[in-house]
Amino acid sequence: MATSGVKKVSRAEIRVWRAVLLGGFLLLWEVATRRAWVDPFFVSQPTALAVQIAGWIRSGFIFRHLFVTMEETIIGFLLGTLLGVAVGFLFAHWETLAQIFDPLMVALNAMPRVVLAPLFILWFGLGLLSKVVMVISLVFFVVFFSTYTGLREVDRDLVNNARILGANPRHMIRHVLLPSALTWIFSSLRTSVGFALIGAVVGEYLGSHEGMGYVISYAESMFNATGVLAGLLVLMAAVIVIDVALKRLDARFSYWKPVAK
Amino acid sequence: MATRDDRTGNIVLEQVTQRFPLPREDREFTAVQDASFEIGGGEFVSIVGPSGCGKSTLLGLIAGLVPVTAGRITLDGRPVDGVNPRLGFVFQRDALLPWKTVAQNVGLPLLFRGVDAAAARARVADWIARIGLTGFEGYHPYQLSGGMRKRVALAMTMVYEPEIVLMDEPFGALDVQTRNLMENDLLEIWTQFRRTVVFVTHDLEEAIALSDRIVVMTASPGRVKAVYTITLPRPRSVTEIRFHPDFGRLYETIWKDLKDEVRLGYERSQKGLPG
Repeated sequence: MATSGVKKVSRAEIRVWRAVLLGGFLLLWEVATRRAWVDPFFVSQPTALAVQIAGWIRSGFIFRHLFVTMEETIIGFLLGTLLGVAVGFLFAHWETLAQIFDPLMVALNAMPRVVLAPLFILWFGLGLLSKVVMVISLVFFVVFFSTYTGLREVDRDLVNNARILGANPRHMIRHVLLPSALTWIFSSLRTSVGFALIGAVVGEYLGSHEGMGYVISYAESMFNATGVLAGLLVLMAAVIVIDVALKRLDARFSYWKPVAK
Repeated sequence: MATRDDRTGNIVLEQVTQRFPLPREDREFTAVQDASFEIGGGEFVSIVGPSGCGKSTLLGLIAGLVPVTAGRITLDGRPVDGVNPRLGFVFQRDALLPWKTVAQNVGLPLLFRGVDAAAARARVADWIARIGLTGFEGYHPYQLSGGMRKRVALAMTMVYEPEIVLMDEPFGALDVQTRNLMENDLLEIWTQFRRTVVFVTHDLEEAIALSDRIVVMTASPGRVKAVYTITLPRPRSVTEIRFHPDFGRLYETIWKDLKDEVRLGYERSQKGLPG
């Protein structure tokens, strides 16, 4: 049968294919630059990137900048999440408040906040603070909207049942509302962490003297394509590590859900 | 368990009316109109009526989840104002907290009531054993069948021994066999504890098999059309009581009252009227 006869490809095979494609791409890139089909000045070269990154690691140069970026990302992410959850709860509890501020929230959310980065740098300086504010401005809205929706979508029967079972407002938040909203917050967590990193890097890129954004921006100003690409690769690796960690964290908090497969 | 004073747990409804404003329409919808009846302490009363006749609304009003528009509801002589802690409610869809285990769910009302942990554990274990789920304490709701979830919901309500138990089509979503088992379990628990039960259902057979009395509601706006006393002997088994010679006679009498309302309710729902 044509439809059900699709052979299931094993995980190992998939991994092999991925490696082959990646290896082929790198090989083609290397060969193309060595034979001068394309100018390595513009696109760099895999071996040059490897040398660059190895050099950064050996000198410890990259860790200092990566640390700064992560610091901004994490502080901004935590504050933005806290603020988003708090305001989400506030608005879900006081409907009038939500109605008054609704147009403002929508307008602020629609505004491309990345463009605000120069203003933040002007207000909060070249250091940590301007980047943290930038990250908060990105993370806050993602978390706020998912918390607010999560609380409004809480099953009415669950709330009524808890009321009848004798829950006071504190019980209600702790045992019903917060866990319910947490599932929404977690579902947007990977998005908001991604935003946090973007916020920090863009902030650094536009005005800073340290961090991955600065490394990339500096390389760019030197017309050093290898530096720019190596910086991006390091960031990419960091994102992958964070994403794996978040998946694990999500699995820990979703133990009560059926495995979606 | 202590036997209880039969004078507590009575419910009196006097001219109860409930209206909702209809969003986007400049009028109100009357869900319940001038409903009056009394339920004695320890009595098992079913409310039957066509879909949308306000049966569930009535339970919400008795529970104090929603304030009445007009009229009065009293529990043991005290007017209902807000949720009453002596009352239990089993919802149509089981309202278990999906992030808590069976034991945590059953223990929730005790936690809310500040019962100390050791006493709560013993009562939870006792009720989990009663509903036959010993060994499933650490399971989460998604891992249980519909019937098991219903049992947990029942234990969650009974664990704090409310004087009045309201049930809103609790077994509607179960298959017939599971449903009959649950009905028998419910009767057994009721016989043992003698709490007042108000049971909403659209299934007349179920109502007759379980109840002392049946309140028949009209199509919306829901009014009380008639109240029947079910004289079938107790203790009953829901599967066997159907063969009792009086069962068919009772069914026929009550169905005569109910069928016009069911037709009316159906026709209205076809026309897209609310309710």
